[in-house]
Amino acid sequence: MSALVPLIVTLPLLGAGIALIFGRRRRMQVAISIVTLTLVFVIASVLLVTVDGGSPIAVSVGGWPIPFGIVLYVDRLAALLVAVSSLVLLAVLLFSVGQGAADGDHDTPVSIFHPTYLILATGIFTAFIAGDLFNLYVGFEILLVASYVLITLGSTESRIRAGVIYIVVSLVSSILFLAAIAAIYGALGTVNMAHIAERMVELPQETQLVLHLLLVIAFGIKAAMFPVSFWLPDSYPTAPAPVTAVFAGLLTKVGVYALIRTETQLFADNDINLVLMIVALATMIVGILGAVAQAEMKRILSFTLVSHVGYMIFGLAIGTPAAIGATIYYTVHHIIVQTTLFLAVGLIERRAGSTSILRVRGLMRAAPIIAVLYFIPAINLGGLPPFSGFIGKYALFDAAASVGTPIMIVLIVGGIVTSLLTLYALMRAWALSFWREDDEGAEPDVRISYLDSAPAAGEQSERRVIPRIMTTATAGMVGATLLLTVAAGPLYAVCDRIGAALLEPVLLVHVDEEATP
Amino acid sequence: MNISLVLVVIMAVLFACGVYSMLERSLTRVLIGFLLLGNATNLLLLIVIGAPGIAPFVGDGDPSEMSDPVPMALTLTAIVITFAVSAFLLALIYRSWQLGQADTVQDDHEDVALRERTVEDDEVMDDEDDTEHDDATTDFVGTATAPITIVRPERSAEADADADGDADGGER
Repeated sequence: MSALVPLIVTLPLLGAGIALIFGRRRRMQVAISIVTLTLVFVIASVLLVTVDGGSPIAVSVGGWPIPFGIVLYVDRLAALLVAVSSLVLLAVLLFSVGQGAADGDHDTPVSIFHPTYLILATGIFTAFIAGDLFNLYVGFEILLVASYVLITLGSTESRIRAGVIYIVVSLVSSILFLAAIAAIYGALGTVNMAHIAERMVELPQETQLVLHLLLVIAFGIKAAMFPVSFWLPDSYPTAPAPVTAVFAGLLTKVGVYALIRTETQLFADNDINLVLMIVALATMIVGILGAVAQAEMKRILSFTLVSHVGYMIFGLAIGTPAAIGATIYYTVHHIIVQTTLFLAVGLIERRAGSTSILRVRGLMRAAPIIAVLYFIPAINLGGLPPFSGFIGKYALFDAAASVGTPIMIVLIVGGIVTSLLTLYALMRAWALSFWREDDEGAEPDVRISYLDSAPAAGEQSERRVIPRIMTTATAGMVGATLLLTVAAGPLYAVCDRIGAALLEPVLLVHVDEEATP
Repeated sequence: MNISLVLVVIMAVLFACGVYSMLERSLTRVLIGFLLLGNATNLLLLIVIGAPGIAPFVGDGDPSEMSDPVPMALTLTAIVITFAVSAFLLALIYRSWQLGQADTVQDDHEDVALRERTVEDDEVMDDEDDTEHDDATTDFVGTATAPITIVRPERSAEADADADGDADGGER
């Protein structure tokens, strides 16, 4: 089984190289990307079943004994996230293939899109299965460099502007992360995560606190936690629809994943939960108030993305096994639902030529399929029963209520308000774009006139036909969101086991010799 | 662990200068700031090795006298990553300059929208002190901090270029 682990990283990297060689043959590139991501999904699923039944797998790359060399470490959490993210990457890839085919890039293929996309996948997977802190840093860098290229794809003026902010902010967070690694190595003499966890207890609480905060700030920037989330709503909406979708679904979640590891394993007995709770509340409320003030759907979604990261921080801050399990279920739910919503908005942009809720009208009659594809994930994100958003939020609030301190009650109320405001922001977009009659000479609606000066309220692009493959990819993702509800029982059981396992003291895994590749 | 005070001081200075340059609006200075920060962090990785020892080769001496090789490996990786990212950032700065955005960090769309809205609202509410607003809102606009002055033929007001030159003349 452990021979499969390095394949998660090497397959997409190899695929990227091959796809680059076939830069001029688009069909070949598409085939390579699809095959690679499908294989990773299969491997991750097999690994998930294996580690769920047995113990975590650790592979030491290059044959150095643990904890000196690079370690790939697959437990339930890593396997689950790799499986979910490879599925999401695959769906978004299909969507972008459909979009590319319709845009007529047969003649001028963007030959770097597929290789870069696969390298992004490599970075995400590396970060999920990294067993040492430095390898996690390398995974972050791989995915960030790929994302720099994707976010400035085509290098138009607005993308360069947004890209520069994104890149500079990411660089700062990477430097902080690297400095934290150096400080941790200086204090403990190791970068292996299990080893760090073992030795951390020897440090005085004050030293632990400094190291802890350095890591939390570095990861918080990536996860878009409140005081350092300002960069996200500005830089994401300008990228192409599929790129925004995959960024929204996965990149912030890599940050959340790193935070989960930090909070539960590395700094198990260093408590900053009160700070995290205040940050979580601010992230939820400030984020969603931003969404309410927006008139452009991609911006609305970017702000809801920030605000819903708050729920995951909330779960981490509670810190009980049930809460960690709920956080992980919520993370999985949010990866899938947020990506689906961005894809649905990509469809709206194509069909209506705009994503401004002031301009788009009468879509209900013109495109009933898009209406369904937008509505289901929207009420799911808003947290209406019986969808997975409701299950995740209910589990979080339940875990918080069982602790029962006053601040928990405040956070639960904050969470419910955020959930209702999410519903308000998304349903306002739904009512205006889908249910308003499409008559050209209609008077502007006075009730929303205050949104006129919102950013990108008047932006317009070309209306085009939607290729079937884009609709199919989005429909597949909507199906996946429904599956989260239907299969909530087994999935939630896995998440619960992850939550319980993460809070147990980690034992340094010793690798068996012939397991190395 | 014994560490060199000189290295620590150099690292602190590099960090301070890096942060200071990164706060500038000019992208070239942001890049310089990033390079300084990167070097400061690499230095920090070297500092945690502790007192210098002999080269860490197996069988080459007493292991207790050897330098710790792990931070060196980490530093090398970090240097490579920093190098690649700065190359990309340079290309991006060049492209930004090519597109006529100077090499400054442009304002966030939302900040601009919000600022305009605030100004409008204030004017509606009380128009007594609207003369103050120009100063209040133009703190962060303009290209006066750009080290590269762009001569663009389509730009009608020559005064702009002159202003840039005046503001920056002393620094070049």
